Amino acid sequence: MLKQKIILIGNGMAGIRTLEEIIKKDPHKFEITVFGEEPHPNYNRILLSSVLQGDASIESIVLNSYEWYAEHQIELFTGDPVVKVDTSVQTVTSQNGISRSYDHLIFATGSNPFMLPLPGADKEGVIAFRNIQDCETMIDTAKHYKKAAVIGGGLLGLEAARGLLNLNMEVEVIHIADYLMERQLDDQAGKMLKEELEKQGMTFRLNAHTERLTGKKRVDGVRFKDGSQLDADLVVMAVGIKPNVSLAKDSGLEVNRAIVVNDYMQTSVENVYAVGECAEHAGVVYGLVAPLYEQGKALAEHVCADQPLSKPGYQGSIVYTQLKVSGVDVFSAGRFQDGEHTKSIRVHDEFEGIFKKVVVENNKVIGAVLFGDTSDSPRLLTMMRNEQDISKMSKVAILPSENESDERESVVVAMADSETICGCNGVTKGDIVKAINDQGLTTVDQVKACTNASRSCGGCKPLVAELLTHATGEEASNQKEPICGCTDLSHEEVTAEIKDKGLNYVREVMNVLGWSTENGCSKCRPALNYYLGLNQPIEYKDDSTSKFVNERLHANIQNDGTFSVVPRMYGGVTNPDQLRKIADVADKYNVPLLKVTGGQRIDLLGIAKEDLPKVWTDLGMRSGYAYGKSIRTVKTCVGESFCRFGTQDSIGLGVRIEKKYEGLSTPHKVKMAVSACPRNCAESGIKDVGIVGVEGAWEIYVGGNGGVDLRGGDLFAKVATDQEVIDFISSFLQFYREDARYLERTSHWVERVGLDHIKKVLADDETRTQLIERVELALTGQQDPWNEVLESKDKQATLYEKKEVEVIN
Amino acid sequence: MTQVLNEPIYVAQLHELSVGIGKKVTIDCLELALFRQENDDVLAVENRCPHKGGVLSDGIVSGEYVFCPMHDWKIDLRKGEAVAPDVGCVKTYNVSIVDEAVYIVVKE
Ligand SMILES: Cc1cc2nc3c(=O)[nH]c(=O)nc-3n(C[C@H](O)[C@H](O)[C@H](O)COP(=O)(O)OP(=O)(O)OC[C@H]3O[C@@H](n4cnc5c(N)ncnc54)[C@H](O)[C@@H]3O)c2cc1C
Ligand code: SF4
Ligand code: FES
Repeated sequence: MLKQKIILIGNGMAGIRTLEEIIKKDPHKFEITVFGEEPHPNYNRILLSSVLQGDASIESIVLNSYEWYAEHQIELFTGDPVVKVDTSVQTVTSQNGISRSYDHLIFATGSNPFMLPLPGADKEGVIAFRNIQDCETMIDTAKHYKKAAVIGGGLLGLEAARGLLNLNMEVEVIHIADYLMERQLDDQAGKMLKEELEKQGMTFRLNAHTERLTGKKRVDGVRFKDGSQLDADLVVMAVGIKPNVSLAKDSGLEVNRAIVVNDYMQTSVENVYAVGECAEHAGVVYGLVAPLYEQGKALAEHVCADQPLSKPGYQGSIVYTQLKVSGVDVFSAGRFQDGEHTKSIRVHDEFEGIFKKVVVENNKVIGAVLFGDTSDSPRLLTMMRNEQDISKMSKVAILPSENESDERESVVVAMADSETICGCNGVTKGDIVKAINDQGLTTVDQVKACTNASRSCGGCKPLVAELLTHATGEEASNQKEPICGCTDLSHEEVTAEIKDKGLNYVREVMNVLGWSTENGCSKCRPALNYYLGLNQPIEYKDDSTSKFVNERLHANIQNDGTFSVVPRMYGGVTNPDQLRKIADVADKYNVPLLKVTGGQRIDLLGIAKEDLPKVWTDLGMRSGYAYGKSIRTVKTCVGESFCRFGTQDSIGLGVRIEKKYEGLSTPHKVKMAVSACPRNCAESGIKDVGIVGVEGAWEIYVGGNGGVDLRGGDLFAKVATDQEVIDFISSFLQFYREDARYLERTSHWVERVGLDHIKKVLADDETRTQLIERVELALTGQQDPWNEVLESKDKQATLYEKKEVEVIN
Repeated sequence: MTQVLNEPIYVAQLHELSVGIGKKVTIDCLELALFRQENDDVLAVENRCPHKGGVLSDGIVSGEYVFCPMHDWKIDLRKGEAVAPDVGCVKTYNVSIVDEAVYIVVKE
């Protein structure tokens, strides 16, 4: 039998979800073709906000990769919009002239951002926030310009503004109403939101009427009706969307605000359907993912059914929203404005910054606004969906988070199995618990992969994590990893115990904390040694038996058992004296290989262990720490003194940094670099801490790694003076020293705990000052290890000497 | 120091060895690693890891085991065997201690 043909116009969220539902029902029933205007596979548009805010990469928000299309034999044309539909002979034609015929045609063309028709709106630097390209434009613009204006103080505008702030732009949000998110919040919550965002650095202009955008070719400002003016190098319009219906209109479909559909998503023309933001159902056009997914499901059921459906089809959705800005919890659902026949329950705690409002009509919850604590949102949504009669319920039953007593149970426990956890994907508590139990899932990512829960906006992630905790009895969001096979305790637990119990020796830790082996192993002992030193930087006596050979001997072991020696050369700068000395030592000890390292130092390779103390004596230079879990090198570029591009004294700063942190032990090796301009000759972009000079300022990047897991550093801050750079490095390094697990590189640590978290911690003045004090303390104890060895005959004998015995026959 | 083959060979005084740190000893062209234990026993093995010849005397010592400094194999110093999942073994040598003097027996 010939397969029926489906054509999908629009490679976006609603359309592809419909296909997923169809394939789930019957993978072989249809021959499918997809046309998409954007040059990408299907991606998660919701997460563009996260990309802009620096929490996700563009690659990571792809929902279905090209392989997925191939696997399901879906013919895909990207970057090629459909320009013509002929419903009489059932064919479509694309811009590139590709023509296909269909049995079923699905419109999922989404919407276009609404651009205010202001004079000047066509200038360069005026954009919307809708797709990957807009996102890339903003990221690029932030590299060259400083000032941004966002027109629109709704969800989208605020998420864009937060992203631009993270990109180090100054952002002013221009809003026409007198409070933010007026479509989702009441004035009280709107005001609280404004205060919170102001704390994050956003500025606002409310009740503002924009008149025109100024500038020559590129926009340079915004002028308002009252005559006032605002400078802006970038203007983002986020004032709304309008359904993308021009093709549908041209094809003769009935279009009102959007393409008119019935409960089965059928349009006025036979075999043509519409889902998503381009569709209008019962007079409503939805602009959120959850309803669109419900529509997709209804449509899939309809086209897969052999008989006309008896099911009721799509019945409209309750909409709710959440703002995706870190540190601000906002939730809003249904009809939340007070009306003539409504009553409401309100909680307003100005100290905690919490506001909750539940709107009730005829004893039923019809809407809610939560600010500051959104944990009751699933419960409220369920009450709304079920139209539950609440006349006999107490306040605490409606808002369980208001239960002050200690026995307060997690909301997920109280939820019925049929309650929805992930609204975007319609996944219930029952689905998730079943998947956890049947398939032995232990992480949120596994639940995501198996059930689709939290695959879209991620708002339900905390609930999924709580469910995991309950189902498995273990803290799942924070998967505990023991240090090694000798103990069940995690790094964090051990460091806490060391502090609490005031432990002082490696042995003591293992005894007191019940290690299963008597002497530990090569994983836990070095870690314990490090943690103990961290806790008591001055008093703790390093345990050399718990150190890896390189650190015990202060030289790098090579594959043949010989060692390599790297003398310190601050900032990679040397002089004829040092070079002569190195050359003489190389001659004297027949050093087989001299090599310049990636960190700009000279490596003397192939030295016998017994010779190490003598080599150091002769060199008379300080240890380069090229072997340690510690601060290694600070690589520098030529900089302002010689380079024609240099804007800053990169060498001077590099030398200063290296001298300051010399010898500091860290969870893993730490490499730094200072470049004097964005050409980055010192490779600052792939260092644990990389500094890049720009005109009048230093940019600081962290978490870069040029090693096994290549990772570009994240821009953390831009500061004006050398001293600010040093203060930043001090606080960052000390936080890393205290917070990371032993043997965790900054790149992994930054990814695990999140850049935002680190930013938040370091943003607090008091915390920062204390971190700086603690690192200074740790630095006072530093001594040159080579000197220490040379001064101790004992150390030389136990660590370096070998015994030779001659035998005669 | 010169010794006679097939006799116990004197290699060191006990105090020259320290608990938790291996000592490399060469007897002509034979290279051994000695490990002093907490009870003052001394364990002796051939100083090359069965994996790729890592120098065992430079490894992290955990009681009667040593972790090779090259790729972290765990070697049982009494039996001379690598601990599973790794396989391989090194030669072990008998040690006798008389009045703090450490002797090794090398059998031909
Ligand atoms: C930054 C941002 C944040 C958001 N955050 C949230 C959120 O937190 N929660 C939430 O629920 N929703 C959110 N949304 C809204 C959500 O992304 C949309 O509701 C959803 O993507 C709409 O799906 P759709 O398939 O209808 O349209 P789209 O996903 O826009 O897909 C339509 C596709 O059709 C293509 N197309 C158009 N015309 C043609 C043609 N003629 N031929 C071929 N292809 C064509 C377009 O290029 C587009 O790729 C957000 C949106 C944005 C932009
Ligand atoms: S990074 Fe810039 S300043 Fe430094 S050497 Fe390269 S080009 Fe010159
Ligand atoms: S050489 Fe010993 S573990 Fe590889």
